Amino acid sequence: MNDYFNMGGYAAFVWPAFALSFGVLATLLVASLKSLRASEQALLDAGAKTETPQ
Amino acid sequence: MHRFANPTRFVALARAVQPWAMTIALATLFAGLWFGLLASPPDYQQGETVRIMYVHVPAAWMAMFCYTGMAGASAVALVWKHAVAHVTARATAPIGAAFTFLALVTGSLWGKPMWGTWWVWDARLTSVLILFFLYLGYMALENAFDDRARGQRAAAILAIVGAVNVPIIKFSVDWWNTLHQPASVVRLDGPSIHPSMLTPLILMAVGYTAFYIWVLCLRVRADINMSKVRALKLRNA
Repeated sequence: MNDYFNMGGYAAFVWPAFALSFGVLATLLVASLKSLRASEQALLDAGAKTETPQ
Repeated sequence: MHRFANPTRFVALARAVQPWAMTIALATLFAGLWFGLLASPPDYQQGETVRIMYVHVPAAWMAMFCYTGMAGASAVALVWKHAVAHVTARATAPIGAAFTFLALVTGSLWGKPMWGTWWVWDARLTSVLILFFLYLGYMALENAFDDRARGQRAAAILAIVGAVNVPIIKFSVDWWNTLHQPASVVRLDGPSIHPSMLTPLILMAVGYTAFYIWVLCLRVRADINMSKVRALKLRNA
């Protein structure tokens, strides 16, 4: 098992490459999900304004 | 295609595509990791570092694919004045920038043990660095004007002019001397890579593409929502 994580001595290059790739993509995904939620909320808020009594 | 120039239809399309893209992305990325990290052999020359290929090469492919998509959408936006084409280009930019960043950094992490250096100023690496700056420039220019339409037009022109960089990246390894190896998958005589390594590579490439489509759907929907919000605010002002 330790042998595996050691990656033939290249652990310091292989693991950061994978961690960074998935870290960056996950961050992008979360940010995009958040901005979609925020936009839906903004749309509700803006729409709510039109329904206020004249 | 003109059918989807209507934002409402475009959002409906994005909503329909999104769950499929998500499922394909998660399944292929999981399988790609399995094959890439566990069920594939080390390279006879590069040892275990060859596994970096499974995150490096698809990221580099996506960097060029996203840019081509962004430039194509920008051209459509300028010629036919389709608002959703601008939206698609704008939503693609940060995703493409992320893939380009990953291609550069994972390439560096691969270059250090195999070439003995993190970076060389050769044609392949430099042209990809320029691609990264083109993405950043596009995003900056897009936001640099108070008049949104002017910013969109300026950014679209930058994207189209910058497209000249894409074939330069692709053929840089053939045209100039470089440490970077030439293409080994997309070749006229077929892939020169063993199936045990081609499998995780293709899985990761499909996963990255589906991931792009998934995030693109999210960003397009958010962008169109915000333009509706602006229109509502303008009407109520």
